[in-house]
Amino acid sequence: MSSSTAVTSRLTSGQAPKWLVPAIGLGAVVLGAALSALIGFSIGTWAIFAGLLFVIVAPLVVSMIEGRRKGADSFVRFLVYGAFIVALIPLVSVIWVVLSKGIPGLSMNLLSTSMRGVTGVHDNAAAEGAGPIYGGIYHAIIGTLEITLLATLISVPIGLLTSIYLVEYAKNGPLGKAITFFVDVMTGIPSIVAGLFAASFFALTTGDPSERTGLVAAVALSVLMIPTVVRNAEEMLRIVPNELREASYALGVRKWRTIVKVVIPTAISGIASGVTLAIARVIGETAPILVTAGFVTSINWNAFSGWMATLPTYIYYQIMTPTSPTAASISETRAWAAALVLIIIVMLLNLIARAIAKFFAPKTGR
Amino acid sequence: MSKRIDVENLNVYYGDFLAVEDVNMTIDARSVTAFIGPSGCGKSTFLRTLNRMHEVIDGAYAKGKVLLDGEDLYGRGVDPVKVRSQIGMVFQRPNPFPTMSIRENVLAGVKLNNRKISKSDADELVESSLRGANLWNEVKDRLDKPGSGLSGGQQQRLCIARSIAVKPDVILMDEPCSALDPISTLAVEDLINELKEEYTVVIVTHNMQQAARVSDKTAFFNIAGTGKPGKLIEYAPTQEIFNNPKEKATEDYVSGRFG
Repeated sequence: MSSSTAVTSRLTSGQAPKWLVPAIGLGAVVLGAALSALIGFSIGTWAIFAGLLFVIVAPLVVSMIEGRRKGADSFVRFLVYGAFIVALIPLVSVIWVVLSKGIPGLSMNLLSTSMRGVTGVHDNAAAEGAGPIYGGIYHAIIGTLEITLLATLISVPIGLLTSIYLVEYAKNGPLGKAITFFVDVMTGIPSIVAGLFAASFFALTTGDPSERTGLVAAVALSVLMIPTVVRNAEEMLRIVPNELREASYALGVRKWRTIVKVVIPTAISGIASGVTLAIARVIGETAPILVTAGFVTSINWNAFSGWMATLPTYIYYQIMTPTSPTAASISETRAWAAALVLIIIVMLLNLIARAIAKFFAPKTGR
Repeated sequence: MSKRIDVENLNVYYGDFLAVEDVNMTIDARSVTAFIGPSGCGKSTFLRTLNRMHEVIDGAYAKGKVLLDGEDLYGRGVDPVKVRSQIGMVFQRPNPFPTMSIRENVLAGVKLNNRKISKSDADELVESSLRGANLWNEVKDRLDKPGSGLSGGQQQRLCIARSIAVKPDVILMDEPCSALDPISTLAVEDLINELKEEYTVVIVTHNMQQAARVSDKTAFFNIAGTGKPGKLIEYAPTQEIFNNPKEKATEDYVSGRFG
């Protein structure tokens, strides 16, 4: 009865049926397979053809039915989805490869023994199935954890105090500007240069040109960590509202107490995740470790004396100089397992940082 | 507890820029004094010089005398931190510490200064401060909940409780109600009326009705133009400022014919 049903609404435009876009997607997959078959089928070309077809055809169809604006909207949306998938490919592929190649090598023996006394004879026997795979990464895990911990202990106080100076005290002065500039320069230092710096620094100060310990490696890593910690902590301190500082001053609280008890607690969750990122950045370094901590096959708990191995250098040596050149696959198995353990350690660190961030985060809720 | 403030020939600067020129006034103890005037006329700047909060901004400083019961706040060797512990401040936007609970917020002045306080004294201080800020009944069952979970008006009263917990002589309020709804505003205004029993209250406000409602004396600040310093035009009992001001500018402003 009502007249409005007869009048076409000016508020609506054509609507594509719900099944249309998925149908185009299916069509793109099929057609993509056909096109790919023309030039020699492979999953890669299939995915590229299917993706391209979909991103071009689906928005065109939508734009014909629903208008230009909706067409452009769906084009950009599909592009963003596509970019997301492309960005995920390396991540998924790395995790997949490391998991599939690393899990077979993982064992209690691997985690609890070092490479001391393991020779090509053992590996050859293992390759022939005549014995178990001996040797492990215990010494490398210890080295990685100790060196990274030491590097963190060195760089977090320096980095945090630097950022506090920059945010709370520098006031755009020449010193603050110089620090910011040099921190930026430090960010770009190649890791091997940091390693050589630490090696030569300790060579000069101890007088022993071949001074290599976990501590030297930790210094090299902290050269890499400090700029990351400074820049991140600086950002986090800057976003603490000035009102909170003023509120604290207005209560008759001194500046340093305000910084320690109001500013840092408010920013601590961000600072913690920044520190984790910095750790994740350096824990996989290989080159600076080789020139600063050397490489060993046995356990060394003392980071202040003697050479140390870390997981990255362990992986490097297992691949480049297999324990048994004729049965390199055994060394490869150990290297992949070490890579998996390294990834797990970084992931655990991330989880810990998230827990810290959650624990310290400004409280919400009523 | 309450002290009077005498301001003599005070000039306030931001670097080279003279923001407020030559202010002389006497603020009585146990009274509410309101500062009114157009935006940018320097009333907030002037208020912040009364507890040396002005100088936390880079390059900002003040010349002249501010006497708190005869003691010059800008004298040689005066510690601004001690000044601020005697002259508290409430800001325009409620700013409870987000990492702290309601209870911790009230105790912030004590805890942040690492002063030891027994549990029972702390409980007493929390209750008396929150009662003083008319907030006790609303929050007594959730003192351990975060302060940022309260409504805007409650947060502002929490901030007032936080300032009175350090037992200041003077409380400065910089547009304390401008971010609040009328009901919370009323609550804060009632509170101001009670506070003047014990404290000297100075309030900056854009709301002339508010100035008329809460204050005993009113100071009108004005600015001659952009880039010119703000000046104290007239300072008199509130009734006089609103009913028969001496200055033409004051009359124009309070009657809404400003500009």
